[in-house]
This record gives sequence, structure tokens and C-alpha cells, in this order.
Amino acid sequence: MIRRLFTIVAIVSFGLVFASLAIGYTEQQFLRPLAESYVRLVPQALGAPNVITGILLTYRGFDTLGEVAVLFMVAASVGLVLGAGRSPPSVSSEDRPEEARPPSEIVRSGAEILVPLISIFAAYIIMNGHLSAGGGFQGGAVIASGVLLMLLAYPQFQPNLEFLSATESVAGALFVLAGIAGLIVAGGFLDNRILPLGQFGAFFSAGAIPLLSVLLGVKVGCELSVILEKFRP
Amino acid sequence: MISSIVLITGLLLILVGLWGLLTHRNILRIIIGFSLMGTGTHIVTVAIGYVRNGTAPIIDRALDLSEATSRVVDPIPSALVVTAIVIGMAVTAVMLAFAIRLYDSKKTLSIDAFTESKW
Repeated sequence: MIRRLFTIVAIVSFGLVFASLAIGYTEQQFLRPLAESYVRLVPQALGAPNVITGILLTYRGFDTLGEVAVLFMVAASVGLVLGAGRSPPSVSSEDRPEEARPPSEIVRSGAEILVPLISIFAAYIIMNGHLSAGGGFQGGAVIASGVLLMLLAYPQFQPNLEFLSATESVAGALFVLAGIAGLIVAGGFLDNRILPLGQFGAFFSAGAIPLLSVLLGVKVGCELSVILEKFRP
Repeated sequence: MISSIVLITGLLLILVGLWGLLTHRNILRIIIGFSLMGTGTHIVTVAIGYVRNGTAPIIDRALDLSEATSRVVDPIPSALVVTAIVIGMAVTAVMLAFAIRLYDSKKTLSIDAFTESKW
């Protein structure tokens, strides 16, 4: 009873705070100065039509690097928690049937058709991150969704964990090296102007941003695939 | 106007998540509550970056470079939310891994069974 009262008090007080926020909110009429300079600088100085990708991979590139490190840490900790010492499924499976039901025809045929399309779509999203909506994180998540579909359709499918870990490490190391190259030949860490900017809006343009997108996409896709694989019973 | 609707939706989602977090005893439902709270904060963050009559900050045929600063929404909250979504997913993965281990140890997902670390 006391607990329920406490819950209600907490929810109502949070609700009051949020209500005051919602009442006091007014829509912005103009961009704030920082946002305005980003919108001006990303196309002009970095040559990337997509302002958000420019911010993510160059102005806040260090933050993105930290985020990739967090993803790596999560893959490692999920492996640690679910890996060693976990009771084998044969012991704990008295309440489920011995032989898991095989995936249906629909799932299997759907996977055969969709997995190649998902891979192409992921490559498209990753490579067009500097031109339109997309980028490394989104494309990596799409790759992982393809791997999840494979795991559902083929329960025996065994992703090569060593290969995934090695690819991921190489992509991460190249990302950091690209950042250091920016420190040496361009304006600073993760500066994209280590490569020629090219023509604005062309496929190969915006300096190192497409390269960084690819590295990020490969890394995120591999990490999410490893996490998915670790969750398999 | 439209961003107020989005903002209120996000704040309501945070409240729903908090309520689920505080009232449910099943660990999976608590994790869902956490995810709802996270999604609500993402929606609120995107909503406060809206600029009246703004469009996506991508320069292309529909949006000329010269008029970009007067017609786009604030790109910074969007960039922050991309980061936050990935981190939220990572946190959810770790929570689910712990839920699996807790189930292995007690064969139940009710949080009432885990009283060792209760103070």
C-alpha cells in the first residue's frame, strides 16, 4: 500500500514537472547560433550535403568514437555475462520440448529472398550517409537485422565469430588511424579533409566522410551481429 | 504546433515508462519500461530541435544552400539522438543479458525472488 502511494506520488510529481515543461514550451522561430554555424559550415567547409552526418562524423566525431567504444564494451560484457558458467540448455530445458520446432517454410523462403536485399539496402544506406538520410549506424543496424533473419531461418547457422571480431577490430583501428591522419595533414582529430572534398553532392565527395561511414557501418554491423549471436540459447 | 504534440507524446511516454518501471514485478516488463522511457526522451529531444516550418537539414535539389539556415530544423538534437538510440540499444542488450542470467539462477523473472541485495 505504501509502495503504491509512493509510486503515485512519484508519477504525479514527474507529471507536474513535465506539464510545466510542456506549457512553457514555445517553438523555435530561428536556428540558434551554434546550429546556424553548423548548417552553414558543414556544406561549405566539409562538403557534405547531409548536415547531421557532417556533425556526427567530423565535428562530434570524437563522441562517435566513444560511442563505438561503448558498443564494443557492450558486446564484450554481454559475452562475459552470457558466456562462461552458463548452465547448458540440456539441463534447464525440462519445460520446453527437446527438439525445437524448425522454422516454417515462409520464414525460410522469406530469408532467402530478403537477406540479399537487406545487404544491398544496408550498403546503400551506409554509402549515401553524406548525401541523404543514412550513415554508418543505421546501415550497421540493417546489416544486423539481416543476420537476425538468418539466425531465425537457419537455427544451425553459425556466424564466424573470429572473423566478425577481427573485421570489427580492423575497422575500429582504421577509424582511429583516419582520425590521427586528420591530426597530421588536416585541421584536427577526425577532420574529413584528409581526402579531396570533390564536387559537392557527388557520390565520392565530402573528403573522408564516406570512408568513415563505411568503417562505422562495418564495425556496428559486426558488433550487433556478435551481440545477437551471444543471445542464442 | 506540431512539435508541441510530439513533445507531449514524448513526455507521456516517459511517464508511462516510469509507471511500468515502478509498478511491475517482472524483470522483462521493467526492461520494457526502461526502453519506453528512453524512447520518450529521444522524442522530446527531437521535438525541441524543431524550428517553425523547418525541413530536414540535407542540402539537395529541394533545399538550396543559400536559404538553408532559414529553412532547416536544428541538426544538433538529431545528431545527439542518433547517438542516444545506439546507446539505449546497448543498455537494453546488457539488461536482457542480466535478465537471462537471473532467470538461470532462480528460474523466475519476478523481482520479488531476488532479495539478497535488498536493503
